[in-house]
Amino acid sequence: MKRLPILCLLLWLCALFYVGIYLFVSGFLLVRLEVNRTSACDDVLQPGGRQRDFCGAKPRFKRTLLLIVDALKIDFARYDPANKTPRPYENKLPVLEETTSLRPTHSRLYPFRADPPTTTMQRIKGFTTGSLPTFIDVGNNFASSAILEDNIIHQFGQIGKRLVFMGDDTWESLFPKKFQRSLPFPSFNVKDLHTVDNGILQHLYSTMVGDDWDVLVAHFLGVDHCGHRFGPDHPAMGQKLTQMDGVIRAVMERLQNDTLLVVMGDHGMTDTGDHGGDSQKETDAALFLYSPTPLFPGPPSQSEPEVVPQTDLVPTLALLLGAPIPYSNVGQVLLPLFPEAQVQGAAAGLSQLEALWVNVKQVNRFLETYSSMARDIPPESLAALQAHFSRLSSAYLASSPASSPASSPASSPASRQELVESMQAYLTAVRETCRATWARFNPHKMAAGLVILALACLLCFMVSQASGALGAGGRGLLTVPVATAAAVAVAAAAGQAYTRGSVELTWCVAPAVLVSELVMLRGVRRWVGAKVEAKHWSGSAHLLLPPLLVAGLRCASLLSDSYVIAEGRVVTFLLLSLGLYVPVRLHWDGHLLPPPHDPQKPPAGLLPPPPPPALVRRESYVLLGCLGLLVGGAYLSLSFHACREEQGACTPSPFLSPLARMQDSRLKNLHYGLSLGALALWTHLLRRWLRHYGNLNASGGAVMAARWALPLAAVGLGLNWAVSGTPEGSFRNLAELIGAAQVALPRALYALLGLAAALLWADPLTVFLKTRGPAPGRGSRALATAAPPPLPRYRASTGISPHAELQHLIPQIYQRMRRSLEDSEQQLAADREVDTRPAVEAYGLGTVYSAPLLLLCGLLGLGLLLLHPEGMAVSFLLLLLEMAALLHIHASAISLAGLQGVHSGDFSVPWTPLVLWALASSQFFHATGHLPTFSSIQWGAAFVGFPGGHSGTLLPATLVALNTFSSHILFAVACPLLLFWPLVCEVRGGAGGGGGAAGQEEGEDAVMEMRLRENPQQFSSALLQLATRYLTVLGVQVLASVCAAAVLRRHLMVWKVFTPKLMFETCGFLVSSVFLLVGVGLVLRTDLAVGRWFRRLLHADASR
Amino acid sequence: MWDHEIKAMASSHAIIASSVFMATVLPAVFIQGFSVYGTHLLWLYSVTGAVSVVNIAVFWLLGISQPTKKNTLGYKLSRLVRSCMYLLLSCLFYHTVVVLYGAPLIESALETFSLAVLLTSLTTLRCLCVLGPNVQAWIRVFSRHGAMSVWDTSLQITVACSLIGAWLGAFPIPLDWDRPWQVWPVSCSLGSVVGYLTGLVVAPAWIHFHRKQLTYKSK
Ligand SMILES: [Zn+2]
Ligand SMILES: [Zn+2]
Repeated sequence: MKRLPILCLLLWLCALFYVGIYLFVSGFLLVRLEVNRTSACDDVLQPGGRQRDFCGAKPRFKRTLLLIVDALKIDFARYDPANKTPRPYENKLPVLEETTSLRPTHSRLYPFRADPPTTTMQRIKGFTTGSLPTFIDVGNNFASSAILEDNIIHQFGQIGKRLVFMGDDTWESLFPKKFQRSLPFPSFNVKDLHTVDNGILQHLYSTMVGDDWDVLVAHFLGVDHCGHRFGPDHPAMGQKLTQMDGVIRAVMERLQNDTLLVVMGDHGMTDTGDHGGDSQKETDAALFLYSPTPLFPGPPSQSEPEVVPQTDLVPTLALLLGAPIPYSNVGQVLLPLFPEAQVQGAAAGLSQLEALWVNVKQVNRFLETYSSMARDIPPESLAALQAHFSRLSSAYLASSPASSPASSPASSPASRQELVESMQAYLTAVRETCRATWARFNPHKMAAGLVILALACLLCFMVSQASGALGAGGRGLLTVPVATAAAVAVAAAAGQAYTRGSVELTWCVAPAVLVSELVMLRGVRRWVGAKVEAKHWSGSAHLLLPPLLVAGLRCASLLSDSYVIAEGRVVTFLLLSLGLYVPVRLHWDGHLLPPPHDPQKPPAGLLPPPPPPALVRRESYVLLGCLGLLVGGAYLSLSFHACREEQGACTPSPFLSPLARMQDSRLKNLHYGLSLGALALWTHLLRRWLRHYGNLNASGGAVMAARWALPLAAVGLGLNWAVSGTPEGSFRNLAELIGAAQVALPRALYALLGLAAALLWADPLTVFLKTRGPAPGRGSRALATAAPPPLPRYRASTGISPHAELQHLIPQIYQRMRRSLEDSEQQLAADREVDTRPAVEAYGLGTVYSAPLLLLCGLLGLGLLLLHPEGMAVSFLLLLLEMAALLHIHASAISLAGLQGVHSGDFSVPWTPLVLWALASSQFFHATGHLPTFSSIQWGAAFVGFPGGHSGTLLPATLVALNTFSSHILFAVACPLLLFWPLVCEVRGGAGGGGGAAGQEEGEDAVMEMRLRENPQQFSSALLQLATRYLTVLGVQVLASVCAAAVLRRHLMVWKVFTPKLMFETCGFLVSSVFLLVGVGLVLRTDLAVGRWFRRLLHADASR
Repeated sequence: MWDHEIKAMASSHAIIASSVFMATVLPAVFIQGFSVYGTHLLWLYSVTGAVSVVNIAVFWLLGISQPTKKNTLGYKLSRLVRSCMYLLLSCLFYHTVVVLYGAPLIESALETFSLAVLLTSLTTLRCLCVLGPNVQAWIRVFSRHGAMSVWDTSLQITVACSLIGAWLGAFPIPLDWDRPWQVWPVSCSLGSVVGYLTGLVVAPAWIHFHRKQLTYKSK
């Protein structure tokens, strides 16, 4: 068997996909260029070169208190006295309503609209720089690194304000060394509702009354964490908001006259308490402004903005406190806070017109700098903006007091109003232009990525069709393309260096990969032409149609936002349809039922003898039963779905909420019991299968893992659920113990599972060899089929039944292998008939390849389950059952076809089970509570075993990725089982499967997976074919998703539906392909071990 | 012989198809506000009734169904009872399948069951008319070499077309177009009826063009 060529070829194919994906994504997801300039006090911002050093002038406010309540949604802040039965999150902040109605000139409450992505770090970045975040930053929430762009904190520091910070430690990493005094508290443990808030409250009031601060930032996290943990509609949220109400009251009492209070949320939250997306529930936070001195000219009027964009806070705060507006700001000042006309006395600060002018000038300067740096703003809109600005400039000059130094009678209120509106229009236009620009694509990279991906899919398909020939040769298949790729890459680099003087890596890799793909495609085609007849192609095309149709429908569904939103159901629908197609097709071909008894039979000898009807019937029942299991499992799995924002009437599965969130203790116990039952069944089924096929008898590493690690891990997992499910504060005296267990248990489980996987990899053999004394006067075959042998000693320990023992012993196999090896070694085969040597029985040899694979699957499943909410255990069990059902359906279909004498003769896995397999992996992505949206990522997985948070980013990101793509992982690892299962479930007594003559010769014996060992060439080609087919199915889905993003990039839903889907689909593909390689690698590793085992056996035998 | 049978089939299919049209048009004359979308269930039952009655009448008149061996009243009665039972079971079967495919379980059970009734009248009833209450024969017919007469072949085609039509009818439901025919089960029942009508047209044509290849084993 060719191990290395297969692995290399698969790696190369995967690499092609990765390059295509990388190219497309880097052209599609944009990065905004950061302008690294800062504003300064002596910036010339007045027309006509008149300098006004507004840092020196006395500002309107000396101090400001920024009270950030994370995730303070506008709904939380509103107060409705008519609401007699408020939900837990309603009417809990009456202080805001009281203040705005009692002191209308001192305070206002606005909806405060954040720009997506609504993650805390992005938002802090947004409302301190006044800029717009780009999509690519979403993933940076774990790695908040310092903000390098000009920002308001920096500006406050520049003008000598003393900054004090307390709360969410994200700030500390965003603004290192910017604060005079800083009291950061750990932010990322979403289960912890109180540490941050109590920490702030300990210091807030004492700091406030002191006089050593000018800007105080306090960032409360309790509301946000409460949302993540319990959702908004939970009594805990009411308590948290009531606490915040008290905090605001206390702060307002201690406020001094020169201080501006800003209470704001950084974003909102969905009904499940999450955020990150761009739905209105997530973007609309609350903004409350208050000052003990009158802040507004009058009570709220018609002209006030209905919604305040989050960017507008930066220029407003800067001008109110007398700081320059940060360089990259694109927000506009909040006009109601500035007096309409210049009031005498400097204390009043800037008038509306002046403030707006400073703002306009700053934005225009930023626009000029940015457009000179990046050139990605379309020139025509840039020109229009410039024209607008020069018009404004002259109009302002005409009206400004500078031109008419008298009392500026020229500017009538009407013309002033006009100018104000024109300036506002300019600022809005700039912001919209920026928003549009920073959502622009690099079409060349996108096109290159698309072409490379499409060619990679085609290549995968061709290789899978031609893999039968690969077993024979094809050594040069890989070397030529790789060499070409290297040559082209070097040439492209040299060309670029020669013409442009710089080398862009992307444009070296892209042509290299493209050319090598074309070369490889040509190689494969020539090769297919040589080895595969046309008949084979047309025959397979006919069989291909329905699975291809279903796969095509699946891909087409990725192009419509409605279908992407309903993806979970769409996939289940397609899975059921293709599943039902299998028996219908078999029946149509007359394979499902035993052939009718014909009176005028054709003469025997021409046709093979009909299979025994009982056998056919049994296989049919197995097939239909498994189909029932598949259908039932798929239907039940629908009840584990989460809900998207867009799905109106939808309630998320109750199994999704962790036990600790549940309030009803009876329900809690029920869920716990259910999960434990599922967990026990998962472990039991795996062990039972292994025992049934005699794989638990040996004493190697894999068997150790199966015997001890699997049940131990299950017990540990159950314990861990019990610990994490205990409500907080229920066992006060045990709190420390529970806390320690929450750290220790998951870590012990990681270690145990890792150890088991390592053992499995080191020693994947699960074969137990039993040497029996020579039976006088009997051949080995007679011995095998005769009465049960004397009870072996190990029976007590494994509980293997005599029946199973007889059925799954493979005594003959060793004999056969020895014989064939002896023949090949030119030895005499004289003792073939008169066998007086001891017969050797090998337990578990028939499932030597699938047992480690299945075990790895079981171990991985437990590990992944650890990262999920407890209720998902049931879903994981369904996954296992559905996997088994799919495998059995495939095996039965093959053996039914084999019984009727129609069999391809090799081990190739048809497309139908593979498409089913891929569909099932998408189905369980949804059925484990995941959705292709960013707000549905289960961040809690990062804290399993690390309740205190992380220092690095790699580990939490890995944990979250494992959690998100667990179903992809399990199905990809288990994919090679599709190859083995028909052999495991091989029908004995029939015409046998692939082995042909060998199978019939042995008659009664179960050869099972040893057939593969007998035909190493067919084995390797079948394995390659399986892997490439699965890669093709997955790759085509990625291609469809990429096409959707490329074609629909101006679609309304592109950032909401298609881009997240693209990200999830590509990440899913990455994870799937890696774990597919792991699965294939394990098979190859096992094959290596089996080869060694046989050699050792021969050696021992020869030396005896 | 061929021409004769195909002609008979074409004309009977024409009658059945026209009955579907009549069932759609006629009630609009008598019932105020009758429409396919608005009063969907009414339309559905009217089509079901028309198709059932016309099918039974046509096949009884043509004498397609297998001749009964015994002619006693008791035997006929037992056949009738068995037929009714099969129809009921088929309704339940379709209901289950449709629910498993993702139809709401409790919310619109009546609509789902009505669709099951419609599907039964389009598929099972025809099986019953052509093959009699003999499930073994029904199963046998739907295989490559299972058809034993042109009527069996036409049965294969119409049943497959109706079911595929109903399957395709589920596709527009998730789309956010907010059209009246996207309401459950309008698109599915429309799909199955359209598929059935297609089957009625296609069956004689297909048999006509493939009459050279079609060979039937004698019973
Ligand atoms: Zn936040
Ligand atoms: Zn949050």
